[in-house]
Amino acid sequence: MSAEVAVVLFPGTNCEYDVVTGVERAGGSARIVWHGDRDLGSPDAVVIPGGFAHGDYLRPGAIARFSPVMSAVEEFAAAGGPVVGVCNGFQVLTEAHLLPGALQKNRGLGFICAPVELEVASDRSVLTRGIPVGRRLRIPINHFEGNYTCDAATLVRLEGDGRIVLRYVDNPNGSVASIAGIANQAGNVVGLMPHPERATDALLGSEDGLVLLRALLAAAGAPVGSPA
Amino acid sequence: MRWDALIEVALRPGIADPAGTTIERSLPALGFDHVSHVRMGKAIRLVVDADHETAARATVEDLCRRFLTNPVIEQATISISLASQADDPDVEPMAGDHHDGPERSR
Repeated sequence: MSAEVAVVLFPGTNCEYDVVTGVERAGGSARIVWHGDRDLGSPDAVVIPGGFAHGDYLRPGAIARFSPVMSAVEEFAAAGGPVVGVCNGFQVLTEAHLLPGALQKNRGLGFICAPVELEVASDRSVLTRGIPVGRRLRIPINHFEGNYTCDAATLVRLEGDGRIVLRYVDNPNGSVASIAGIANQAGNVVGLMPHPERATDALLGSEDGLVLLRALLAAAGAPVGSPA
Repeated sequence: MRWDALIEVALRPGIADPAGTTIERSLPALGFDHVSHVRMGKAIRLVVDADHETAARATVEDLCRRFLTNPVIEQATISISLASQADDPDVEPMAGDHHDGPERSR
């Protein structure tokens, strides 16, 4: 049985079908779950895709946090289930306090839509387990608010505990410590600004996103049991 | 009693404010070379029912901490005053609810 991924759809989400297709190309199956549902079903992993949940009103992710489905996502994460937020999904996870820090406007106030070079900085997460640290991946970013920031103490913890999972090789947006993606302490909740689902076919310029999606599916088959 | 609250949300000191910086940089071109310290933020107005100003302020502070600001990067300045009139006929309440809003269209 292939791993099944629940893909959360908020009003304003726009990457849900890309994620479904990407997961299928990586060998899994995916199912879209409406944000108003309180029940996720029994997925092996949850992905919160990119877009503009609730129009990004107030702040990106600020209102999505109150959608009924988020209680189920929080319970799933608390039980060790793999949860990945991509782009706006990363913003939702920080606003929901499932991940620390915040995503502010890009340095230079530019909306950036471009392929970027990433480096795997830690394999202690459901998205990077089994991938050699230092491996380069070419995956696109597409955001205005992707400049990751956190207080100094949080940064020390992220660095020390191997929770920075992906870094930009050439920092495009001003993120502290070139952070492109982070994980929670247990490694089962991951947020990243780059879009792995948009790098799943050579025709799109890169298949490197499949490396991450396959790692997620593999981890979904063997969820993190307890905090490391 | 009804209280008018004005919440000014600004980026915390030390957090880069590229919008404010961009506005400030354009000012000399208009001759405003004696204007500085431009900070960009947002303002939120709301009405609170509470017995005392202190209670109204406590409600708004809680609201700011839990929802209206992201304390990692933002801070709020709150002004409270007795509501000037019971209801403003020009302002209609917001229709609908984001959480149970229009059914998915796709």
